[in-house]
Amino acid sequence: MTDTLTLTPNIDSPDDFYAELIATHDGLSKDDSDALNARLVLVLANHIGNREILSQALAAAALKQE
Amino acid sequence: MFDDRYTLAYKRYPYQKSADQDAAKPVRHKVVVMGGGPIGVATALDLGRQGIETLVLDDHEGVGMGSRAICFSKRCLEIADRYGAGKPMVEKGVVWNLGKVFHRDRKVFEFNLLPEEGHEFPAFINLQQPYFESYMLDRFEELQANGAPIEVRGKNRVENVTVHDDHVEIGILTPDGPYKIEAEWLIGCDGASSPLREMLGYEFTGKVFQDSFLIADIKMKNNDFPTERWFWFDPSHGEGASTLLHRQPDDVWRVDFQIGWDVDRKEEMKEENIRRRLDAFLGEGVEYDMVWSSIYTFQCKRMDSFRHGRVFFAGDSAHQVSPFGARGANSGMQDVDNLGWKLGLVINGKAPDSLLDTYDNERIHGADENILNSTRSTDFITPKSDMSKLFRDAVLDLSEQYTFARPLVNSGRLSVPCTYDGSPLNSPDAMMEPKRSRPGSPCPDAPLGDGFLLPQLADRFTLLTINAEAPESFEEEGINVTRLALSTEDDPTGALKERYLGDNDSAIYLIRPDQHVAARRPNFDENIFRAAVRRAIGKE
Ligand SMILES: Cc1cc2nc3c(=O)[nH]c(=O)nc-3n(C[C@H](O)[C@H](O)[C@H](O)COP(=O)(O)OP(=O)(O)OC[C@H]3O[C@@H](n4cnc5c(N)ncnc54)[C@H](O)[C@@H]3O)c2cc1C
Repeated sequence: MTDTLTLTPNIDSPDDFYAELIATHDGLSKDDSDALNARLVLVLANHIGNREILSQALAAAALKQE
Repeated sequence: MFDDRYTLAYKRYPYQKSADQDAAKPVRHKVVVMGGGPIGVATALDLGRQGIETLVLDDHEGVGMGSRAICFSKRCLEIADRYGAGKPMVEKGVVWNLGKVFHRDRKVFEFNLLPEEGHEFPAFINLQQPYFESYMLDRFEELQANGAPIEVRGKNRVENVTVHDDHVEIGILTPDGPYKIEAEWLIGCDGASSPLREMLGYEFTGKVFQDSFLIADIKMKNNDFPTERWFWFDPSHGEGASTLLHRQPDDVWRVDFQIGWDVDRKEEMKEENIRRRLDAFLGEGVEYDMVWSSIYTFQCKRMDSFRHGRVFFAGDSAHQVSPFGARGANSGMQDVDNLGWKLGLVINGKAPDSLLDTYDNERIHGADENILNSTRSTDFITPKSDMSKLFRDAVLDLSEQYTFARPLVNSGRLSVPCTYDGSPLNSPDAMMEPKRSRPGSPCPDAPLGDGFLLPQLADRFTLLTINAEAPESFEEEGINVTRLALSTEDDPTGALKERYLGDNDSAIYLIRPDQHVAARRPNFDENIFRAAVRRAIGKE
């Protein structure tokens, strides 16, 4: 099942991660935050690499029901 | 009454009155090509070399001024070489491998194209379009002098066309007035705004991009600019939304400024205004002469069908793409490559008329691939929404520090030939690899001793055998298939193995006259290869 997007809890210390995500945006203008988010998406997408998983992730983020 | 629509770079075929103009009734020609641009001339070279009578009609008397196309790809050069015009192009052309990408005021990265070795022709060259056309016209005259039945008539403007079941009637205007001829086959190579398409009422649909580009070809006087390609996204100097700079022969440089949709063309085209942009872009102290400039807009469009009975469309008349990725003339040359041998076989009674429908099928596949690629480049270079711009800039910002983002930077993808996957002329693949030479693929070149593979595969059906036995030749339905026997010994660099064998010990390829693979198997099987020949000429 390597080609299935993980949609169940998978992040260690979720509260820490969430706080770090928000903190990364501290003090940024809306434009700079948007740009950072876009870069983050690209960095994560490259890490995943697998086109199949990426397509599933795009669909999941669009809140499309299977 | 007979005004030129554009200025000529070279007058090559001055108007001469033809005997057809005084004939009592319209003279019938085998093939008439409407338009003597690069694609029309290439069509005459292809057919003329097969001994098929071909008449080219153009409403000018030679090659137009101004280099529109400057990048010619490997496949295009290979085709031109098959016609006997490729070598002078490469001799004159400029090859570059180093590209630099800039964003706003800084360089984000540079790349080396590192072209694959073991090909006679470079991945592409930069060459002014008038040279490209001239070399083909040189070849045209040479063939003519050797008796090939080809002719080009200058200042012969096609004004009306009537299509019948077995011929086409063509009304032509000349400086001496109008006359009529007939053609068994008519090929429209009359450019993006194709009057032929208009006359016959066929649609040309797709996307128009709301942007315009100012091109300036300049001759550098005192500068040692390197032979590199520079692409700026949103330069903070020089006022263009994107700017491209690259070198052509004769110390001429092409600068392309993206200047937006709402522009005052007349104002922008004034030399002082062009120089203002150039000076801001090139910086202080760079001296140059203006060679040519123009403003263009572009569209990605194609006809629904490139064949309508006895009328074909090839080149820009059939499909138009944005210039990013240099796919216009390059894909037009592939149209000719595809149509030439098919029309030759049908005219010589060796293949059914239905073979000609596969021109439509295969080249629409090619056109769609080109339109897709050039639309993607255009969307990256000129993002259509805020979000698209946000991601575009994110890619550029990341690419400065991280190599992973560089493949996402799209400032035009190099034109590569299309593989006719799913073509009705292909036989099922009996080898799993190499993938790049599966049925439908253009044959990749490879070094052989002191020459190259491709010139040995040209113009006829070839049975390429590698480490395998097969008859020296065989005939099927009037088609002669000639063997080209190679073995590992002919392959000092290993390129043949990598490109044609993979992990197989042996291979046999049936190759079409346009150097595309029709069928392949690890070994010879007479029935299967005979069937593959029939299939490749539209008889199965
Ligand atoms: C800015 C720019 C950059 C480009 N860069 C590249 C590139 O780098 N690489 C690339 O491959 N392509 C490029 N292209 C595209 C390339 O220039 C065209 O694809 C190519 O010229 C098409 O050739 P053609 O023979 O189909 O049409 P054309 O070159 O347009 O020729 C049509 C001919 O038909 C004649 N004609 C028209 N009407 C009639 C009539 N009624 N009767 C008789 N004759 C007629 C015309 O006079 C003309 O000679 C570029 C285009 C532009 C605008």
